[in-house]
Amino acid sequence: MTDTYSVDIRITPREGILDPQGETISRALGNLGYEGIRSVRAGRLVRIELEAESSDDAASAVGRMCEELIANPTIEDYVVRVREGVSG
Amino acid sequence: MKFGIVRFPGSNCDTDAFRAVTDGLGEEAVFLWHKSHDLEDADVVILPGGFSYGDHLRAGAIARFSPIMREVIAFARAGGPTLGICNGFQILCEAHLLPGALVRNDSLRFRCREVGLRVENASTLFTNAYREGELVRIPIAHAGGQYVADDATLDALEAEGRVVFRYVDVDGRPTAEANPNGSANNIAGIVSAEGNVLGMMPHPERVALEVLGRTDGLGVFTSVARAVTEGNERAVDQGNEPALDRRPEPGAAAGVGS
Repeated sequence: MTDTYSVDIRITPREGILDPQGETISRALGNLGYEGIRSVRAGRLVRIELEAESSDDAASAVGRMCEELIANPTIEDYVVRVREGVSG
Repeated sequence: MKFGIVRFPGSNCDTDAFRAVTDGLGEEAVFLWHKSHDLEDADVVILPGGFSYGDHLRAGAIARFSPIMREVIAFARAGGPTLGICNGFQILCEAHLLPGALVRNDSLRFRCREVGLRVENASTLFTNAYREGELVRIPIAHAGGQYVADDATLDALEAEGRVVFRYVDVDGRPTAEANPNGSANNIAGIVSAEGNVLGMMPHPERVALEVLGRTDGLGVFTSVARAVTEGNERAVDQGNEPALDRRPEPGAAAGVGS
């Protein structure tokens, strides 16, 4: 029996990869007077709803999707989080 | 000989590449539709510039899984000369035919202008018509042309002479000011370990005809045409030399680091 799972993928530029978008946000915050900002990294969130046998199956399926298409491991890190079983 | 130019949805330099081959070089060219599985016996495959699939997700990430890419990847891995220009370079990296990746320009701006390049290696399939160290001017037009790779990959590219074009100033120096996008080591174009796959961000097809004002880019097409023709002649002569200097045997596994 399968359930529907909602899975979040958080993708961020890899450590050491220049993130011009994050740097621009950082500068803009500085211009607005916010102090103490050490760094800003900007990424994106991909939310997938899918059918799976279990939470683990959902996570491993999405992990494979990340490796093949959704993230580029050369330049990006990603974290997969299964939010919860949405419905039966 | 025949050039096959792949058309993805969003390709927009396909006709320019076609005209560089037919009008500039005087060779035959055909368009290859992205949904096809047939390279139509092309001797050289070109992945042209543009914005395939709207650059969604990452530039080149969706095009890399187009039906025809199965044949393009097999062709390249068997030693077939494969040229990726701008978006084509991004696609070749996404397809792991070239190492590293292309990310947003450090300026976060779309850069559309002529840049100075130095030919770093004039003994590749794609640069044998140039002189080593020759300075050329070729236009760029991209928002995501910053070449990045880990240190080990960059060291290997440099040590093996695989950095083919570098952004330089008028004196041929690879300065920060001459670097239009923040690319590591001012890299503008690289070849695969086997030497048969070239990716470059500048657009040689845009300066390949007299009518376009200059022909600095024509050498890329002349070079590969010469290499293929000589390879074919040698094959006909049944010589023992490999058809192309660094070309692996057909079907040989082409391990491309990433």
